[in-house]
Amino acid sequence: MDDKTLQVRIWRGGGAGDAGRFVDYAVPRQDSQTVLDVVTHVQRALDPTLSYRYACRVGMCGSCAMTVNGQARWTCRTHVAKVVGVDGRLEIAPLANLPVVKDLACDMSAFFDKWARARGRFQGAQTRQDDFARVSPDTPERQAANAGIECIGCAVCYGSCDVVQWRPDFLGPAALNRAWTLVNDVRDVERTERLRAVAGDAGCHSCHTQGSCTERCPKGIAPTLAIAGLKRTVARAAVKGEL
Amino acid sequence: MTRALHSATDAALRDAVAQARRWYWQRISAMVLALCVVLHLAGMVWAVRGGLSAAEILARTQGNAWFAAFYAVFVGACAVHVPIGLIAIAREWWRWPPATALWFARAVTALLLVLGLRAVWGVYAPGA
Repeated sequence: MDDKTLQVRIWRGGGAGDAGRFVDYAVPRQDSQTVLDVVTHVQRALDPTLSYRYACRVGMCGSCAMTVNGQARWTCRTHVAKVVGVDGRLEIAPLANLPVVKDLACDMSAFFDKWARARGRFQGAQTRQDDFARVSPDTPERQAANAGIECIGCAVCYGSCDVVQWRPDFLGPAALNRAWTLVNDVRDVERTERLRAVAGDAGCHSCHTQGSCTERCPKGIAPTLAIAGLKRTVARAAVKGEL
Repeated sequence: MTRALHSATDAALRDAVAQARRWYWQRISAMVLALCVVLHLAGMVWAVRGGLSAAEILARTQGNAWFAAFYAVFVGACAVHVPIGLIAIAREWWRWPPATALWFARAVTALLLVLGLRAVWGVYAPGA
């Protein structure tokens, strides 16, 4: 091995009825090379049967998340230089906590179904005939909502969450973060229904505040804070009998 | 069918409210415990500063209602706080079903209350 070659192990197979295994590849090292560049090189130059998912390549679409050297990351914005081991090795696997379709592509259905279960859809009461709602950016509610709305749905948090691993029905950091942004949206009219949806066994109260989601979120969002906010809000509603 | 759906929704809502209650009881009991642990440790350090025998301890605690009340609160906070945490451990690590975990927690509550309050009584009651 030399400085100009990366020793890359990529997870292959792993779909239904396939145990899956790591396969080794030698990939030429380049300046400013991202992990997604490495995977793309393998598919285009070494093995065209490799399956993976990406779209924008600039950290907007949230489709290229994978497990890189044991940690969930957005591969398009992760430079190889930042994550490669001292031995020049790179291990790339699919995201954890989601079923593998094939190779590095996961089935994201459960992840997005949970957004729906957490009532992650805005429900307003106004029509297009009404004037614009005026929401001051200075209010604590709007600031709390703003802190979480840049989520790109990459599922890095979901793949990093131990509670999702222990309780497969747990809604997960992204869905709960989304719910928190809507709980703080003064235009939304389904607050109570949403609080009911995110409370309970699979909801915010199952979070242990370990903070892996917050540490790993590539957008710098803090789902841990959002979940703590939901716990407080749900508890207040339960005390007042509003749940 | 509709009734079944309603009862399923009701059950989910009851579970949601129960979880919310458990969460704030665990929070409140944690605050009480934080205070109790500090007072307990400070009290121990202060009480034994010159060396202390069992007889001297009992001489101070027997008949001391403040002492008994403080440790009764301490025991109560433990009996609330510990089982709620154990429910999560039983569910997530031991994979126990929800109802089993809940009954286990209730049994731990009873055990902590009986053992804890018996201990408080033991050092409070004269000649116990």
